Parts: sequence; structure tokens; C-alpha cells
Amino acid sequence: MIQTDLIIILPEIIISVCAMLALVVSVYSGKDALASRLVLLTSALFVVMALWIGNSGGESQSAFGGMFQDDAYARFCKVVILLSAAAVLVMGRDYMLRTGLLRFEYPLLIAFSVVGMMVMVSAGDLMALYMGLELQSLALYVVAALRRDSVKSTEAGLKYFVLGALSSGLLLYGASLTYGYAGTTGFNGIIESTSGGQASMGLLFGLVFVIAGLAFKVSVVPFHMWTPDVYEGAPTPITAFFATAPKMAAMGLFARVLYDAFGGVIGDWQQILALLSVLSMFLGAVAAIGQSDIKRLMAYSSIAHMGYALIGLAAGTAQGVQAMLVYMAVYVTMNLGTFAFILSMEKDGRPVTKIASLNLYANRAPTKAIAMLVLLFSLAGVPPFLGFFAKFGVWSAAIDAGMIWLVFASAIASAIGAYYYLRIVYLMYFGEEVDEALNGGGSPVLWGVLMAAAAIMVFGIVNLFGINGSAASAAAALVN
Amino acid sequence: MIGLEHYLAVAATLFIIGVFGLFLNRKNVIILLMSIELMLLAVNINLVAFSSFLGDLVGQVFTLFVLTVAAAEAAIGLAILVCFFRNRGTIDVEDVNVMKG
Repeated sequence: MIQTDLIIILPEIIISVCAMLALVVSVYSGKDALASRLVLLTSALFVVMALWIGNSGGESQSAFGGMFQDDAYARFCKVVILLSAAAVLVMGRDYMLRTGLLRFEYPLLIAFSVVGMMVMVSAGDLMALYMGLELQSLALYVVAALRRDSVKSTEAGLKYFVLGALSSGLLLYGASLTYGYAGTTGFNGIIESTSGGQASMGLLFGLVFVIAGLAFKVSVVPFHMWTPDVYEGAPTPITAFFATAPKMAAMGLFARVLYDAFGGVIGDWQQILALLSVLSMFLGAVAAIGQSDIKRLMAYSSIAHMGYALIGLAAGTAQGVQAMLVYMAVYVTMNLGTFAFILSMEKDGRPVTKIASLNLYANRAPTKAIAMLVLLFSLAGVPPFLGFFAKFGVWSAAIDAGMIWLVFASAIASAIGAYYYLRIVYLMYFGEEVDEALNGGGSPVLWGVLMAAAAIMVFGIVNLFGINGSAASAAAALVN
Repeated sequence: MIGLEHYLAVAATLFIIGVFGLFLNRKNVIILLMSIELMLLAVNINLVAFSSFLGDLVGQVFTLFVLTVAAAEAAIGLAILVCFFRNRGTIDVEDVNVMKG
């Protein structure tokens, strides 16, 4: 009995045991000489696990009395999380090395947070949900403050910690009410208690608090305040990490809770999600316009993108979940490419994040400028690129669910949002000469990731590399 | 007779005090940490009360998990706070403002 349970969670066990062994070895062998190799090893481990999980297939199964779910949905999320974390580790290695931040705890903390994310998307119980979420969050608080001697980085860590702890508190309060009024912490028990299509008042309060807590983690308006500061303050490779894997995990957990635990009362949360989604799309689009720091701009961009992904959830159908999963996969890819570009922004050997430094960048590095142009068009959702098809997916799910007003609102928001993406393109091609212009930077790895992401944005439109099929089976496993 | 609703009322009051402490406090970051702790303890009262009234042990198990995690969270919070204090020389909430957001 326990053996089958352990086999189901074997990937999580392997990653955490490896991370703990590496922790012991690194502490006893003294300095950070191992750190550089550890980064590569961790990311290789992630890739191996992603291939394993991706190919394991098979039936949905659950471990530990339903606390841990292993189904197509969890596997889809885990593959995205693992691959993006691996890519971020490899991309950021050079930057971390040059800024003296490559300590051994960096890859280990990332590994622990990834284990937390894997537990999150597999959670089948409020306790498993909470433990996974905290394992992820605690590791991320530390990672945000990794540059210990910088005011900005420690301030980012502090802000992230305070608001993250607040959101955990809200989520937990919701969980306690849910437990009290449903009589159980298991998701299958909670959904049974709403089988009549009616939830008691206490359960609805619980639901609202849980949604508020999770909305913090995915950073949608009105729970987004931490995002721009944390993105700006944290070292760039860590910002790249924040923008990819944790977003996928939090969105995965969001859908997991809403469908597995509260799937019986879809009507009760649909409107809340639609509202959150509209607010984030508009705030993300409007607030990004005035930004001069590209990391801050990406923070508002991620707020807007989470709004679009929530449209899929708000639709309340399997088609919506499928569209959300595809959207998140595309979003993660676009962000990996964009951050590969941001990581390679340098002037006189020092990293730069000012948007003004991109003036006339196309004259100096035409290939990279073209790739960035493709990614920005895709982020903005301009038709021939993959970003548009991801948006189109959530839109058609919303139309089929009869939420046409939501589609209209998001079309307006994406038109406003296109302005700030296209402004960067304008600066790169038709800007003016400035003193602070970039001159150099970038390693072959960053170049490769940037080009690969741009190529995916162009060639992915043929068949989305087949992820639509696996997203469909993932959505079918969740919504039934 | 003290019923479930009394416990829930106490927990809700403590939770609200915690949330307000977080937002209205303009003085000291340590008070933020205390407010967070207050919120988590309010949740624990909730869980134990429900557990007792439902005759179900799961709530108390959950409470133990929450206590453990709260301890880890406080440790990490204080560690980050010490780093911040070293860089900035102050822990006033009003001085956590290098980046405007």
C-alpha cells in the first residue's frame, strides 16, 4: 500500500533527496566551488524528470488516501514547470557567476521550490495544497533576497515575504472555513458536500478567501501590488524564474482547487474570476505604459497575461481549462525568450534594464532585434504569431461559455497593451542615438534560448507542436 | 454554554486584527511579523474548534502543520529583515520604499 504511494510520488522524492544530499555535500565541502556545476546538474535532473513524467502516461491515480493526485493534468503542469525551471537555471548561470551571486544555495532553493510546485499541482487535499504552497513560497522569499548586500533585492524579499505571508493567511483562513463547513479537507469530500449544486454560506466564505489567497500567488488585480517591486528588485535570472514556473504552478493549483474541490458550484466562482480577469487585463495594460525599467514592464505584462489565462478558467468548461493550459505554456515560452534577451542587455560589461538603452538596437544586433520583435509581437497578441493563437483559444472558450462581454473587454485591453510592446519595437528600430545604448553582452546560451523561443512563436502556429492534444487530455482529467 | 460560533467569532476577530495590523501599521516591520503570526493563530483556533465540534481529528493535524510552517515562515521573515536592516539601517515601514509600487 505505502509502496504504491511512494512510487507515485517518486519524482518529487528523487528531486528533494538529491537537493538535500547536495546541500550536505556543499556545506561540508566548504565554498561555492561546486555551485556552477550544481546549477547544470539541477537543470539536467529537471529535464530528466520532465521527460520521465511526460512519457509516463497512464491512468489517473492518487496516493496517500487522495492527498496526492497523479493525473494527466498534473503531469502537463509538471512538465512545463520542470522544463522552464531548467531553462532558467541554464540561462542565468553566466549572469549569476559574473555578479558573484552563484552560491550553492541558489540551485538548491530553486529545486526545493520546484518540488513545492509539483506538490501544488498534484494536491488533492487542503493540507497537501498548503504544504506545497509554503514549500514553494518559503524558497522563493529567500531567492528574491538572494543579493544580500543590495537594498533593492532585500527590499524585494521583504515585500514579497510580507504580502506572501498575508496571502497564505487568507488562503488558510479560507481552508479552515472550508474544512469546518464541508467536514473534511479532502477535495473529493468537499465536492461531495456541494453535490446538490448549493454551497452553505460558510463554504462560500471559505471559497472567497481561498480565491483571494490564490489570486495573490498568481498576482492578479487587486492582489498584484508585490509583483512590480519584486520583479524589479530581484536579480534578473530570479525575476525570469518568478515570471515562469511559479506562475504556471499557481495557475495549475488555482484550476485544481476550483474544479476538484469547488467544481459543484461553478456558478459561484465564475463571476469572481471574470471580474479579477478584467481588472488585471486593464491594469496590466495601462500601468505598463509609463514604465522605464524593462523588468517592471514585464511585471505588468505578466499581470495582464494572468488576466487572459483566467478567462479560460472563468469559462468553467473543459475547453476553457485546455485553453488556459495552452496559454500558460505559450506564456512561459515567450517569457523565457524575452528574459533571455533581458539577461543579455549589457553596457560596458554591466547589466542594464533601462528601456531607453534599447534605442536603435536593431542597428547593432539585427538578428537579436528581429527575434525580440517576434517575441514582443507575440506577447502583444499580434495575429501571425503564437501569442495570438493562445489568446484566440481562451476567447473561443469564453464565447462558447456565453461570456462575450469578457472577450470584448479583453480585446480592448490587449489593444491598449499592444502599445507598450510596440513602443519597444519602435525604439529598437526607429529610436534616437543615446549615450546609454547597449554595447555587447549575451552568451551563446542566451542567444540560443532567444532564437528558439522566437522560432517557436513563428513555427508553432502550424500545430502548436501537438501540445493541444495533451492539454485536452489534461483538461479532461480535471473537469469531469 | 459556549458554542462553535463563539470560537469562530474570536478567531474572526483575531484574524481581522491581524489584517488591520498589517495594513494600518506605519511604524515597524516587526509588528508586521506579529500581525502575520496573529492571523495564522486565528486560523488555528478555527481549525481546532471545528475539529472538536465535528469530532474529527484532521483539523488538529492541520493545526500542527500550520504551527510548524508558521515557525519556519517567521524564521525566514526575520532573516530577510536582518539583511534589510544591514543595508538600510532602519526597519521602519515607511522606509521600505526604494522602489515605488
